[in-house]
Amino acid sequence: MSDTRDGAPDSSDGAAVDTSPDGGHAASTPSTHTVRLELVDEPGQLLAALHPIADNGGNLLSIYHERGNKTPRGRIPVEVDFEATQERFEGIVEALRSEGVNVMQAGTERYAEEVTLLLFGHLIDTDLSDTLSRIEACESASVADVSLAAPQGTGTEESSSARLRLEARAGETEQALAAVRELADDKDLRLVEPLTGVEA
Amino acid sequence: MRLAVIGAGAVGRSVVDLAAEYGHQVVAVADSSTAVVADGSGGRNVGVDPEAVVTRKAEAGIVGDDDPDDALAADYDVLVEATPTTLGDAEPGFSHVTTALERDRHAVLANKGPVAERFGDLQAAVADSAGEIRFEATVGGAIPAVSTVEDIEPGHVTAVRGVLNGTANFILTRMAAEGLGYDHVLAEAQDLGVAEADPSFDVDGTDAALKCVILANVLSFGAVDDPADAREFTLDDANVEGIRDVPGSALRLAAEDGRTVRLIGEATGETVRVAPRLVPENGTLAVSGTQNIVQIETSHAGRLNISGRGAGGPETASAVLGDVGRLE
Repeated sequence: MSDTRDGAPDSSDGAAVDTSPDGGHAASTPSTHTVRLELVDEPGQLLAALHPIADNGGNLLSIYHERGNKTPRGRIPVEVDFEATQERFEGIVEALRSEGVNVMQAGTERYAEEVTLLLFGHLIDTDLSDTLSRIEACESASVADVSLAAPQGTGTEESSSARLRLEARAGETEQALAAVRELADDKDLRLVEPLTGVEA
Repeated sequence: MRLAVIGAGAVGRSVVDLAAEYGHQVVAVADSSTAVVADGSGGRNVGVDPEAVVTRKAEAGIVGDDDPDDALAADYDVLVEATPTTLGDAEPGFSHVTTALERDRHAVLANKGPVAERFGDLQAAVADSAGEIRFEATVGGAIPAVSTVEDIEPGHVTAVRGVLNGTANFILTRMAAEGLGYDHVLAEAQDLGVAEADPSFDVDGTDAALKCVILANVLSFGAVDDPADAREFTLDDANVEGIRDVPGSALRLAAEDGRTVRLIGEATGETVRVAPRLVPENGTLAVSGTQNIVQIETSHAGRLNISGRGAGGPETASAVLGDVGRLE
């Protein structure tokens, strides 16, 4: 059995018979995953969200489209079950996100909350990529999107600004913001926080 | 009600001007160096001539020939404290109010200093007096913020937040709409009379913070039976950030994402915070120009929003006169 898998790590054939207690091999065994997505209420959104799953080796099992039920941000929650290996599962989540699909919950990871914030000050001089990786290092959140606006021309006093979209785990938005606050303080950057939990 | 109006700035003058419309008489008016007190010749309910007072202040810079102390000693029911806001000991406004309370008279404040910096001392003075104090005009100008919180009952209000400084809001609105820098828009606001020559009080968030401190005191003192159990807030307890260094590029990035930046003040019974915050561009809190908005979060009644003019003589005077009416 282990020979077969070693020879064809991507194959889903035969995986169903895997009963190996060896955790080391589990990564190549397809298992059922559930992702919870938030879709904008527009035609074609559901199809667009399913493509990254199918295109990246996920085997769709069921789709529960909760039309009529809306998230606090007015989007439609959709629950999708599919089979994939752990490795492919991660690729699928990444593909969904890069397609701009908001993944609220993936496997055991719950990215229930999206937070947008602004940073301004000497972003470039204080090493923006270090700033971003330090945010990434915080367990509560990951950086989903960054837009940067640097002052035009040289010799200008105006500071540069960045808009960051973070995905925070359910109930951990405050921790994520606290981490960014501390980092901003450390680098003498100014942070414009969103009013979380206020705007429906 | 017979009113003594202390302070003859835009608010004090408007109170003098509008009092009769609300059924009250102004029996004394004082500015920092002069006063006019009704002589009582026509009976104790005949006040000073409002028009004469306002004209004399405009033309001669004085309100009358009497001493300011005479106004404090006049035969009034309600003292209207409309002198400029001072921090720390909040004088002379604080003493004007306690003088009224010691005489068992009411006081209505438009001056934020005493209620923001010495709320506990004021409550103690009220406890020893037959008079009461009211201060609707100190928060959000014409917007009935304090009385709405009182109507809902402070114990059932979990937070009050909002845009409480028209100058800062005007600057942020113009910067976002026109893509202009802070300095340019500030100069424009100063030309229009929306910002003072020294705008620090507004753009550094101090003014908004004082209003939030007052709301925090209302929430804190209103939620307990014994004032000794309440936590008192002063400006020192507020976490305050202003808008002075917000770059135009930050507002552009916010707009690209359907958001904008507003100077938001938040008060609970435990914290006071004022800072530029990201809000949805077309959201409730993103009021434009010099508009203010107060958002009240309640335990049982959801969220209430009240927006309107947060400053101005007649607007603030209407809040003062509303308070006078509540004391009748």
